[in-house]
Amino acid sequence: MKLQYKSVEELVEAAKESGRKISEIVLEEQAATMEKSPEEVYEVMAASFRVMKQSVVEGMNENLRSASGLSGGAAAKMRRATEEGRNHFGKLFGSAMSMALAVSEYNSCMGQIVAAPTAGSCGILPAALISVMTDKKIPEEEIVMSLFTASAVGMVIAKNASISGAEGGCQAECGTASAMAACALTEVLGGTPQMVSTSCAIALKNILGLVCDPVAGLVEVPCIKRNAMGVANAFTACELACAGITSAIPTEEVILAMKRIGDQMSFSLKETAEGGLAATPTGCRLCREIFG
Amino acid sequence: MDVFDIIGPIMIGPSSSHTAGAARIGKMAALLMREPVAKAEIFLHGSFAKTYRGHGTDKALVGGILKMNPWDTRIRDSLKIAEEKGIEIEFQTGTIENAHPNTARITLTGIHGQKAELQGASVGGGNIVVTEINGMEVYFTGQNPTLIVVHQDMPGVIAHVTSFVSKQRANICNFRLTRKEKGGLAIMSIEMDNPFEESLLSQIESLPFVSHTILLKVE
Repeated sequence: MKLQYKSVEELVEAAKESGRKISEIVLEEQAATMEKSPEEVYEVMAASFRVMKQSVVEGMNENLRSASGLSGGAAAKMRRATEEGRNHFGKLFGSAMSMALAVSEYNSCMGQIVAAPTAGSCGILPAALISVMTDKKIPEEEIVMSLFTASAVGMVIAKNASISGAEGGCQAECGTASAMAACALTEVLGGTPQMVSTSCAIALKNILGLVCDPVAGLVEVPCIKRNAMGVANAFTACELACAGITSAIPTEEVILAMKRIGDQMSFSLKETAEGGLAATPTGCRLCREIFG
Repeated sequence: MDVFDIIGPIMIGPSSSHTAGAARIGKMAALLMREPVAKAEIFLHGSFAKTYRGHGTDKALVGGILKMNPWDTRIRDSLKIAEEKGIEIEFQTGTIENAHPNTARITLTGIHGQKAELQGASVGGGNIVVTEINGMEVYFTGQNPTLIVVHQDMPGVIAHVTSFVSKQRANICNFRLTRKEKGGLAIMSIEMDNPFEESLLSQIESLPFVSHTILLKVE
């Protein structure tokens, strides 16, 4: 089957027609395109998933600190609160938050991570999937497979809009990661292909317009906490879509709206560290302290 | 584009453009060398110049010069490793006219005096573009195996080299020639669809007017 990855609709239709999951048809098509066996392609994804799991473990170290001194230690705090039952929204939510912070902080501290789709948004997909995998005792193979659904949707967004903060703002990075995570979760938790598409639409709609305004231009403030938010948003989108709630605006139009918003966004709000939080008095002071 | 462009690469953080791409530029420069590096002078422009310490761009570039790949955890300690190897490292910042904001120019000196210079830009998502080699303009990404053929600008040299490449059943997907002056030093950059055997390079070098050949590829 030939897939163009031009729309999410195309993926949904192909899955419906063949009566299979989106992840299954994507793995098969990618293997054919790469002239490899599905097993080989699966194994590359499984290797990435192993790096994701390791980055969750490494990032929990409470002594982690980034070169700038701006970040480190938040994941350990969130984890402790969750383990001691001091967090308010349940074990799954607390552990998902701590994992998103862990991967993202580990990234800031020059740890080994998987860009998903970028380094700045690398905590969202691992946190959403690993927390749910652990909580609901889902076999790891199903989680690895769901990464094919996530990346197929990521390709559609990359083709029709952008996955780069410099081009489309944070909505393009953390927004795409959040939508990818929502789609993977929806598939893994038994949602139909149409529900996968809906969860993509909902996740993106909730994050439209988010600017990329990193303090001192570093992938730390506010990026790390936005990774935690991206997971919460993925949970929201998955929960709503799986309950049968639909999106008034079709997925493809949401993606196009994201593209247009990115185009209209001022350059000062697209990874230049000239606007938003980067331009606040404190943001400017931190920048001076780091770079002199 | 495939699924691994979206989930991937596996890399050392914090930024695909400022660390993964930087490591690739460093490694490209290192591949130009035929002898161990004694000294690396690194000139940074734009965002690279402004934020290189906070992003670890310095460590990534030096890691690349030590032939580390973007996912190599030793990148974190690359400055120390270079020092232990006795490699002199020098960073400078400034402006390169008309260059992409994430541009680095690397000048390497070997232990026996070989000099090589490479300028490259990190253009996003860990992807790079090499824009200058030894002061001559080039333009390639390294996504495909790329032959760099340094030669004297004489009639027939391109024909000899490309016919050799075609005999290996390699398909050329991009070709560029830059020369200093008519009849002077020139560089061909030849991008190919297919993998190319490193062992064939010496045969290209034995062709008339070819001085040396390098095979570059982003890992």
